[in-house]
Amino acid sequence: MSARITHRSGWARRLVVLAPYLWMAVFFAIPFLIVLRMSVSQNAIASPPYIPVFDPSAGFEGIKAFVGALSFGNFRNVFSDQIYIYAYLKSLEVALLSTTLLLLIGFPIAYGMARSPRALQPLLVMAVILPFWTAFLIRIYAWVNILQREGLLNDALLALKLINEPVAWLASDTAIYIGIVYSYLPFMVLPIYSALERLDESLLEAAADLGCPRWKAFWLVTLPLALPGVVAGALLCFIPVVGEFVIPDLLGGSATMMIGQALWVDFFSNLDWPAASALAIILLALLLVPIVLYQHMQARTLERGSRW
Amino acid sequence: MPENAAAATPLVSFDGLVKRFAGVPAVDGVSLDIRKGEFFALLGPSGCGKTTLLRMLAGFEIPDEGRILLDGEDIVPVPPYRRPVNMMFQSYALFPHLSVAGNVAFGLKQENLPRAEIEARVAEIMALVRIEPFAGRKPHQLSGGQRQRVALARALVKRPKVFLLDEPLAALDKKLRAQTQFELKELQRRLGLTFIIVTHDQEEAMIMADRIGVMDHGRLAQVGTPADIYERPSSRWVAEFIGEVNMLDGVVSSAGAVDTAAGRLPVAATMAAPGARVSVAIRPEKIRLAREGEPQSGIGLPGQIASIAYRGDMSFYAVTLDSGVELKVAVPHVARGMTEAKAGSRVVACVANDACVVLTQ
Ligand SMILES: Nc1ncnc2c1ncn2[C@@H]1O[C@H](COP(=O)(O)OP(=O)(O)OP(=O)(O)O)[C@@H](O)[C@H]1O
Ligand SMILES: [Mg+2]
Repeated sequence: MSARITHRSGWARRLVVLAPYLWMAVFFAIPFLIVLRMSVSQNAIASPPYIPVFDPSAGFEGIKAFVGALSFGNFRNVFSDQIYIYAYLKSLEVALLSTTLLLLIGFPIAYGMARSPRALQPLLVMAVILPFWTAFLIRIYAWVNILQREGLLNDALLALKLINEPVAWLASDTAIYIGIVYSYLPFMVLPIYSALERLDESLLEAAADLGCPRWKAFWLVTLPLALPGVVAGALLCFIPVVGEFVIPDLLGGSATMMIGQALWVDFFSNLDWPAASALAIILLALLLVPIVLYQHMQARTLERGSRW
Repeated sequence: MPENAAAATPLVSFDGLVKRFAGVPAVDGVSLDIRKGEFFALLGPSGCGKTTLLRMLAGFEIPDEGRILLDGEDIVPVPPYRRPVNMMFQSYALFPHLSVAGNVAFGLKQENLPRAEIEARVAEIMALVRIEPFAGRKPHQLSGGQRQRVALARALVKRPKVFLLDEPLAALDKKLRAQTQFELKELQRRLGLTFIIVTHDQEEAMIMADRIGVMDHGRLAQVGTPADIYERPSSRWVAEFIGEVNMLDGVVSSAGAVDTAAGRLPVAATMAAPGARVSVAIRPEKIRLAREGEPQSGIGLPGQIASIAYRGDMSFYAVTLDSGVELKVAVPHVARGMTEAKAGSRVVACVANDACVVLTQ
């Protein structure tokens, strides 16, 4: 009887340990391998729209033929095409600048939240996540309305006599940044808030006691202890913004193409799945750097948290 | 030598200090002088305002009324980071992102001292409290006792005029606590610093302090040496708060005696007029138990042993007197082996007249 229980709980334990790996395998590793295999295939007017297609009935010869037909031509094409290079650089530029903007706006908000009365804080957190209750696409369309020529923003500025002529907000980089900052702000605010909220007030008193004025204690104590939250927030914004498609497509101008848009064009307009896959693989490689950084940071906070 | 320093001007002077939280006084009119080089303990039950008083001296709370003088100068308007006072926090409040050495050096770096001096002073203090082996570790990699020593070093390295300790030993186990009490006392003597320690452990206060301030509901109930407070408590409350005591209500019958339920007790001369209602406090160890018929000293109160609690170094007897009054009596185990006294034995409780303290409030 008892042996059976042990046996069962052993299985249960193994399943629990395996679950995240299974999850990773099904939703990351397998799709990744499919994309990787597509990226070294060639475009074809067929179904599926690429060759070679692996034929298991041909046995070993089939495998040989399949592997022989794979090539890195798509990657060479990407690197030799100015448009793609430009799209990558533009994406990184937009991601970098908007992450900086998000930090500059998000940190003071998070700081203010963490310093406000305890009873008020859950309400403020609610207020930060409230926009999620409306669909993302609808919110971006709302911005189209606000930013267009006869939109709310121009109406307001004209009424306040701050401008004489309507400004072309829409279809510009400014509109992209407005859209990104608006959409991603909660992802920046919440991790920073949670780091600041955990900060022990007595540490700041200790700093003051040891001769450190408040503004200096902010640099020497508050900021270092909030750093894991800042890094988490920055990565939570930076990584998805690099691959952002909806915001630049709806708010940006035709002169700006981010890599997400290039990918979309290749995939849906050109029906060139292998080229789009190559773009995605390169994007992933680019993002691997911040992701690894994030993992490292998380491991460190976990280690710190374990004995507190 | 606090006795000699008595004439000198006080280092710290609280003058009519009041602090209210939402209208409720936490510190309610405290006036107190603390001398240079003194080890002063603030003792009192939980919530009596000890921490609040300390925090006002450190500068974390602004008093609603009164002044705080340090070396004769009012420091109430001085922000905490400019006060030559350092505090060891009850939670230690070590910076989790800095190493042990980084924590200890933090305060000196704020003074913009030359690097070499900072390093020398940090090394010196770390050697003093024996934390050099952990210099490179982060606080979370230390035991509770080690963290406590880091907190000590971090504040002491600043060479404060007054060193404040808020229940510094609360988190330590009994043995380590006793050892640290001794070390703290030794450290204070060697460095010649002024310590103000907050505790609700009366034994701790008695062992370490030159003087104790007993607080109750935001007021100082009594200030004095440990012996003063134990032997000559100023009120019923203090007598009952410090140690064990037998408290008997009575009426002063003449200059040298009080009539109580246990009978007429001899007391040392009292200011109370005959007829005044007073209490008589008798410490359990000041009562001697004798067998019936044995020679007695002072007045003998016959009774019967109700119970005996063995405590190793002594036994605690509950004696029911023939008058119905119950007395606690502590009997030291001077010789090995138990006496033949047991529950039910008849005894006489001997109370000498210098054992009784008359309390009027
Ligand atoms: N920041 C505050 N806001 C409101 N009330 C407070 C605050 N700090 C202390 N008090 C109240 O003031 C009183 C004295 O508190 P204090 O912390 O000084 O007590 P204490 O003597 O140090 O007690 P303990 O031994 O439990 O630490 C308590 O009733 C407490 O609830
Ligand atoms: Mg306290």
